[in-house]
Amino acid sequence: MTALIDDKDTYLSAFARFESARAKDRPALVKLRHNAIERFAGLGFPTLEDEDWRFTPLASLTRVPFQMAPSGDGPELMYPDGVIVCDLVQAIAEHPELVEPHLARYADFEEHAFTALNTAFLQDGTFVYIPPDRVFQEPIGLNFFASAIDSPLVWHRRVLIVAGRNSQATFCETYNGPAGVAYFTNAVTEIVLDEGAILDHYKVQREGNGAFHVATIQVRMGRSSNFSSHNIAFGGKLARNDVNAYLDGEGSECTLNGLYVGGGEQLIDNHTRIDHASPHCASHELYKGILDGKSRGVFSGTIYVHQDAQKTDAKQTNQTLLLSDDAVIDTKPQLEIFADDVKCTHGATVGQLDAEAVFYLRTRGIGAEEARALLTFAFANDVVGRIKIDRLRSELEQLLFASRKVPDGTAQEAP
Amino acid sequence: MLTIFNLHARVGDKEILRGINLKINPGEVHAIMGPNGSGKSTLAGVLAGRDAYEVTEGNVLFNGKDLLDMDAEERAREGLFLAFQYPVEIPGVSNRIFLQAAVNSIRKHKGEPELDAAEFLALLRRKSKILQMSDDLLKRPVNEGFSGGEKKRNEIFQMAVLDPKLAILDETDSGLDIDALRIVSDGVNALRNKERGILVITHYQRLLNHIVPDFVHVLVSGRIVKSGGKELALELEAKGYQEFGWSDAEIAKKPQPAQA
Repeated sequence: MTALIDDKDTYLSAFARFESARAKDRPALVKLRHNAIERFAGLGFPTLEDEDWRFTPLASLTRVPFQMAPSGDGPELMYPDGVIVCDLVQAIAEHPELVEPHLARYADFEEHAFTALNTAFLQDGTFVYIPPDRVFQEPIGLNFFASAIDSPLVWHRRVLIVAGRNSQATFCETYNGPAGVAYFTNAVTEIVLDEGAILDHYKVQREGNGAFHVATIQVRMGRSSNFSSHNIAFGGKLARNDVNAYLDGEGSECTLNGLYVGGGEQLIDNHTRIDHASPHCASHELYKGILDGKSRGVFSGTIYVHQDAQKTDAKQTNQTLLLSDDAVIDTKPQLEIFADDVKCTHGATVGQLDAEAVFYLRTRGIGAEEARALLTFAFANDVVGRIKIDRLRSELEQLLFASRKVPDGTAQEAP
Repeated sequence: MLTIFNLHARVGDKEILRGINLKINPGEVHAIMGPNGSGKSTLAGVLAGRDAYEVTEGNVLFNGKDLLDMDAEERAREGLFLAFQYPVEIPGVSNRIFLQAAVNSIRKHKGEPELDAAEFLALLRRKSKILQMSDDLLKRPVNEGFSGGEKKRNEIFQMAVLDPKLAILDETDSGLDIDALRIVSDGVNALRNKERGILVITHYQRLLNHIVPDFVHVLVSGRIVKSGGKELALELEAKGYQEFGWSDAEIAKKPQPAQA
């Protein structure tokens, strides 16, 4: 029992200092933080007994006394003219009517300890507002860097994006940090799509090999909105994503794609949940994993179709490629369907490279290593090939084949 | 250029090739015909380097080098090509990317400069005329969604692009209709020249009307029991394999017929 108290203690004492330093913030914000820390104290970190965490042991994270990273360390921002991007706390003060209806209303901290923790330490967050009826071709970019670290630090990264009615935009968040050191990124990104909004979302996680990355992406979709997310994970010693989409209006379409690439002793865990809360909505999920060495992958995809969500069309696919004998995947699709006129399918496959395909390539002169690399790249390209930001897609192609020794020709191919 | 001497091979406990002798010189087209189970695909597999087969006796020289000592990619780089009976589908890898990697691996092995994307595309365009391959087919993943005929045509197209010294066609006619057969045969015939050797493995004589061989060998129970010219194929067609249905004991006693 002593261990449990220690786990929260670092954060509770840090909060006490944080709270008194920020006592002059808006009362609503102070109250929000206070409620959140109380909830965290009540919940504690999840254990292997929690259904949603049973494949993901957290002891190596929770026992490290991570100290808060210095304040003022927000992301690098890039965005086209016309999009409003500013510090979240500043936005609460300057545009409360835009922020308060949404902030912390979607990412629930009642049951989720990491979200509670993130909300408790809310500062240096980013607010992105895409005005209604505007169309933006250039992507909005948020790049998070865990800067030079001497001791174990935690960054609580917070983003709120509101996409106005009928707007169209692309948003990309990246996470990078140094290798060989322990640090902790605890991220929450809330995304709201008003009626008719179209948003393409990309996340690229390339944390260092000693890092812990726990993130929640919470999406609320309005009527006739269109959201597609591409969640690419390479790094971290332990990485966990919760991607949740709540379809809160008829006729919306949600695409959740992901690619996770693990090696060494990494653990990469993706949990997704799509709530079909309205009729006539469609969702597609394609999550692919490539696991080598002694890495472990976890995929749990929940589709929850509410009682009134007639004419739901939901499809979920999870495919994993195991490149070594020691790599492990735990995959768990979950369908809970309470409406009676719906189409729901799910499929999961786990396999190795097709030996006949490897042989075929070798009989054409391609070396065994190269053949395997080519086939592995092809597997990943099913997800990477759908990325619409050319620069990002090329970067990822390069990254994939640099680590896999794919023959040079491959990078030139754009599907 | 290819000399097979007393080749014995087995799969698990089962001995399939029981002393194959064959010699193919540059420019020659040899046909091997035989009933099901005679060892046709095993021979193709052993020559291409499939792991499943174990060679228990004999050797194979390819342009003076020990073929069996090389792994599959080395054999291809030395100039051996196998047109598969059942070409595998490879989703996510386009024909173009795959062939570029293959061509460059072989060129690198020979000490030739590798082709860049533009040079390679030019090569492909030249070769696709031989087999009526469209640009669209090149962008598609290898064999994915291809009909049987399209897959076989793709095999011969690869042969055209890779320009091998020895091509082994493993039951290339199986599953083909008349039109596909003609296109594939025309493609193979266009690739016949004084340097290249071709080994056509087939069950039916029909293919040999289109790809007329210089030599025909009959393979029964893992041995070549008769060799002859192209007329032998017609004789076989007329009489059937019964004529050659010697029992295993009889085959064991008979000496190998001399090369025609």
